[in-house]
Amino acid sequence: MIVKISLSSLKEGHWYEYLVRFVLGGAATAFTGMISSRFGPSVGGLFLALPAIFCASATLLQRHEERRKREAGLRGQRRGQQAAALDAAGAALGSIGLLGFALAFTLLAERHAPMAFAAAVGAWAIISIAAWSVWRRTRVSGRTRIFRHSCAPSAKDAQRRFPNEQAATKSSGHSADP
Amino acid sequence: MEYLARFLIGGLAVSAFALLGDMLRPKSFAGLFGAAPSVALATLAIALLQHGSSYAVAQSQATMWGAIALFVYSIAVCQLLIRRRWNALPATVIALVVWLSAALCLHLLLGASA
Repeated sequence: MIVKISLSSLKEGHWYEYLVRFVLGGAATAFTGMISSRFGPSVGGLFLALPAIFCASATLLQRHEERRKREAGLRGQRRGQQAAALDAAGAALGSIGLLGFALAFTLLAERHAPMAFAAAVGAWAIISIAAWSVWRRTRVSGRTRIFRHSCAPSAKDAQRRFPNEQAATKSSGHSADP
Repeated sequence: MEYLARFLIGGLAVSAFALLGDMLRPKSFAGLFGAAPSVALATLAIALLQHGSSYAVAQSQATMWGAIALFVYSIAVCQLLIRRRWNALPATVIALVVWLSAALCLHLLLGASA
């Protein structure tokens, strides 16, 4: 499946949802500063990977999916949970990228700070996208079952829920992503 | 004043990544932005300006253990949502215990020797 940009998804959100994430993000950054001042940078640094924002994002995603299903006359709770689980699977892959970000910054920051930031962001993007691509391929081919059973709907479940995508799935070799 | 600056910079960085994540499809790809280094970027930039590179490096080293803990956390959230059929809010909040435990264990086991 090709990655797409969907501007229409922005219309689904309310202004206060963006405010919640701004406040949570700001609070997490201020909190990290406090922890670093109190316990030192080696403890404070742990909180740079605090999933504070993820709680809000996953909850909003589930609500949006449920609302969409309700509008179609369905309950949608299960679909909302599955959408949030896919988001969590993505976050797991993104955390590998975050590890790369931290490693790149650690190796380069003492030599050239601006380059360290650029390399770290680049490492996060490349590693995250690569991990996601590998995950999708392995999920489709069924060679690994690590995420398949824990984080994503089964192929049988996906076919039941997305009958229209069955033919495309067979021809392209990609499974449906809700 | 320092914490207000942290709040504003961190809020803006997180909002920018969150907005980008909202626009992307499929959802598993957008989920990558759930682990975007938004707080890390803001905090490391402030640390570098305020305390110098060695302080920022100490923070980024610890971020590696935090990132591994985030991986464990995300898998735990998946399990709670799919197997236990919990809703997103309780699953993501309760699993913070998993993240904190994993991060502190890694810090004690590996961080002290680093």
